[in-house]
Amino acid sequence: MMVENFRFRDAVLAKRVVKKINKIALKEDNIKICHVCGTHEWTITHFGLRSLLPDNVEVIAGPGCPVCIVPASEIDEAIQLALKGVVITCFGDVLRVPGSKMSLLDAKAEGADIRVVYGIGDAVKMAEKNVDKEFVFFAIGFETTAPSTAIEVMKKPAENLSFLVSHRIIPPAMKLLVEMKDLSLNGFIAPGHVSTIIGVKPYRIFPELYHMPTVVTGFEPLDVLFGVYMILKQLNEGKPRLENEYIRAVREEGNVKARQLMRKVFEVVDGNWRGLGVIPSSAFKLREEYESFDAHLRYCLKAKEGVDIQPGCKCHLIIIGKIKPTECSLFMKACTPQKPVGPCMVSSEGTCHIWAKVSKVA
Amino acid sequence: MMAMCLAIPAKVVDVKGDSARVDFGEGVLREVNVALVDVEVGNYVLVHAGYAIEVISEEEAQETLRLWNEILEAAEA
Repeated sequence: MMVENFRFRDAVLAKRVVKKINKIALKEDNIKICHVCGTHEWTITHFGLRSLLPDNVEVIAGPGCPVCIVPASEIDEAIQLALKGVVITCFGDVLRVPGSKMSLLDAKAEGADIRVVYGIGDAVKMAEKNVDKEFVFFAIGFETTAPSTAIEVMKKPAENLSFLVSHRIIPPAMKLLVEMKDLSLNGFIAPGHVSTIIGVKPYRIFPELYHMPTVVTGFEPLDVLFGVYMILKQLNEGKPRLENEYIRAVREEGNVKARQLMRKVFEVVDGNWRGLGVIPSSAFKLREEYESFDAHLRYCLKAKEGVDIQPGCKCHLIIIGKIKPTECSLFMKACTPQKPVGPCMVSSEGTCHIWAKVSKVA
Repeated sequence: MMAMCLAIPAKVVDVKGDSARVDFGEGVLREVNVALVDVEVGNYVLVHAGYAIEVISEEEAQETLRLWNEILEAAEA
């Protein structure tokens, strides 16, 4: 395809930027750069980009897997509904994520009607076609996904459809990471497609308040290498700022229509993130006007505290990049993509899953 | 790979209101929602979970290459 293939994987350019990275890194102490997107982790791991970076430059994966951070209590709620006979529609990745006692896949094995959809649009159509059944769409995902939920809620879908809204907002999680002093981060690779929606402004606090170089970055290997280089350059100049490397998909103001829709449909509330705890102003909830579509209210769901981390699982440390998957004693022993223990091994965007699928990443 | 924060470029083949048929390449056509973008036939859009989230253009792709070269040249100067 013209846009993504056209010289975006050019080896000569890659060599040039890697040379620059190595040269500029010589002047720095140890640098830790954090990204917060499962697709960035996939690019970095799949293309072996870490092996091209100098020893003193480390890129770690933050909580960028939307499936991994859904708390067990919210999976439990979906299971509760499914076992009551409500049809649960969800993204495929969330099926095997462990709840407190079982996953949605386990519930499906017990006879619950759980259907994987490509997007919320499929759930809307299914509900329209089967008016004698109750449907719930399990709306997970960051700001990239939340606008699609907003569109369908605004349209007031069929009465037999409601939504379990588990959307989360990324910048507050980045704030939590930067405030964890023992993580000692030096820069952020900001997520490309979240930024397509929210624009660049929400990241301003990172350079301005925390002196963190922050670069909105795309997903081709060259995008990531340039993102890393731009961060190193800012550190080298002692001028942390907000830059946009992914200009072909991210406008300064983001997608204005999408932002307006999200504001109309959702209010921002505190949200629990698996492995991270409650983060202030980091989740969306349906506004009062749309609360008849809120599955929590429709089915009187009351979230009990769930078991987020199973014994021995270190997903809570993986998710903030504190340890690498290979530093977890369960990795590829008791915990594999075929038999995952924690959410980071389940999702195709989970750090452990990505590392498991690609050899020689360490 | 089907990832939750990934958006894939596709070419708009026809548009009907908020719905468009797009080509993901090699003839893979899919219906997507285009309520979030202003598109015309022939545009490229970034599609996430069945919804187009942005229009991308050849010029902006070229602009990225120009930005990269500028960064490298500044560093080499």
